[in-house]
Amino acid sequence: MKRLDGLWAAFLGLAIWQACVWLTGAPHFILPSPARVAMAAYDNFGLIFEHALVTSVEVVLGLLLGIALGVVTAIHLALSPLARRIFMPLLIFTQAVPVFAIAPILTLWLGYGIASKILMALLIIYFPVTSAFHDGLMRVDQGKLDLAQTMGATPARIMRHIRIPAALPALGSGLRLAAVYAPIGAVIGEWVGASRGLGYLMLLANGRAKTDLMFASLIVLALIAITLHHLVGALAGRMEAYSRPIAR
Amino acid sequence: MTGAPAITLTGSHAFRGTLLFDTLALTLPGGQWTCLLGPSGVGKTTMLRLLLDLETGGSFSGAITASDAAPLQGRISYMAQSDLLMPWLSVRENVILGARLRGEHPDMSHAQNLIDRVGLGEHAAKKPHQLSGGMRQRVALARTLMEARPVVLLDEPFSALDAGTRADMQELAAEMLIGKTVLLVTHDPAEATRLGHQIILMSADGATAWPMPDTQPVRDNRAPGTLACQAALLDHLRGHIS
Repeated sequence: MKRLDGLWAAFLGLAIWQACVWLTGAPHFILPSPARVAMAAYDNFGLIFEHALVTSVEVVLGLLLGIALGVVTAIHLALSPLARRIFMPLLIFTQAVPVFAIAPILTLWLGYGIASKILMALLIIYFPVTSAFHDGLMRVDQGKLDLAQTMGATPARIMRHIRIPAALPALGSGLRLAAVYAPIGAVIGEWVGASRGLGYLMLLANGRAKTDLMFASLIVLALIAITLHHLVGALAGRMEAYSRPIAR
Repeated sequence: MTGAPAITLTGSHAFRGTLLFDTLALTLPGGQWTCLLGPSGVGKTTMLRLLLDLETGGSFSGAITASDAAPLQGRISYMAQSDLLMPWLSVRENVILGARLRGEHPDMSHAQNLIDRVGLGEHAAKKPHQLSGGMRQRVALARTLMEARPVVLLDEPFSALDAGTRADMQELAAEMLIGKTVLLVTHDPAEATRLGHQIILMSADGATAWPMPDTQPVRDNRAPGTLACQAALLDHLRGHIS
């Protein structure tokens, strides 16, 4: 039923798009029709696929590294009050700097390859993942922590057996956000300076007035983002069900 | 008959300079049930936390000693009003939580034996959300017993249960905790009269013992002595509150 809803939404979107083309009478290099874009996608399948692969690798690697780093940071912050006092303000300060502004610097340092884009995706998801998971780790029922302490548990074992399992739903919410942000990070990186990737292909097509190719790239990018959102959403759903609260 | 030590707590406790209780002297006889009653805010929970060596947010000056002079650390287990079960663990895994948290190898057959004794043998693989409130509190009891400690502190463990389940749980706990030194914090005069070898009333003035019927717990709640004790206790508590 839900899948069918998605199909209807796509159909509605296409209809509105086609209506805009008809009503405005805009030339195809300003607003290409859906059919034209489909043709462009078909004609340039190899080209788009090649660049989509690059972007996908950037997004997935950025996502995996960002999640790993966020999880490790959150656990360390939760274990050490000293780390919280010193590192937390620093972490919040880094959020005051727009990631968009850092992109040119990353390109300068890491070059036009995929490394600067992976780092960009990593940076953009690092804070939401760290913050969500850290909140979950710190919000554990005090009664459970007391019980563990009376049982003779060390802080490290409390972390492993109580805090982390109890915080998985919060981490799940962080992952959902990360899945939305990671493609944004990678594409910003590609716009600032790249020789491959969908962001690069869009700029290239735009410069040559191949608006239909630009739209095709954009749609493929959206498809990648939606696929990622669903995959991560399924994982996050399992994590949220893991420590299902007991109904009272 | 039993090796469970008596526990004595003497001292005063203050929050930011304000005394919560002053020169309190409380003795829990070894191998017996002591029921502690008193209005909210009088310091019952703080006293439990002191005995458990948990953070109280205030400062305690005094001493907590055991009759056998051995340190109390690692000899007290605790059961709260909330079952405190980990929702991601099965009944069996919840029962062996203590061993897991200490990095020890749990005795699975003993765990299964305890689960059977609290009547949950067929539910050992279930998760807490698949159980009723009374069943979850029985898992918490089995988890407490799995710790095999001579002193057990119970903080209103039956108060959230319906009347029938509560009476069943009281009997089950009394039976399974025989020989242990037990402190039960409760608001219920009937529960205290039914289960206590002694009843202590805690107020801002200190702790005083309440006269008990000359029968042994678990007392028949229809016996005249039990009913008279309950009624007198309730009158006393109402006088205190109003």
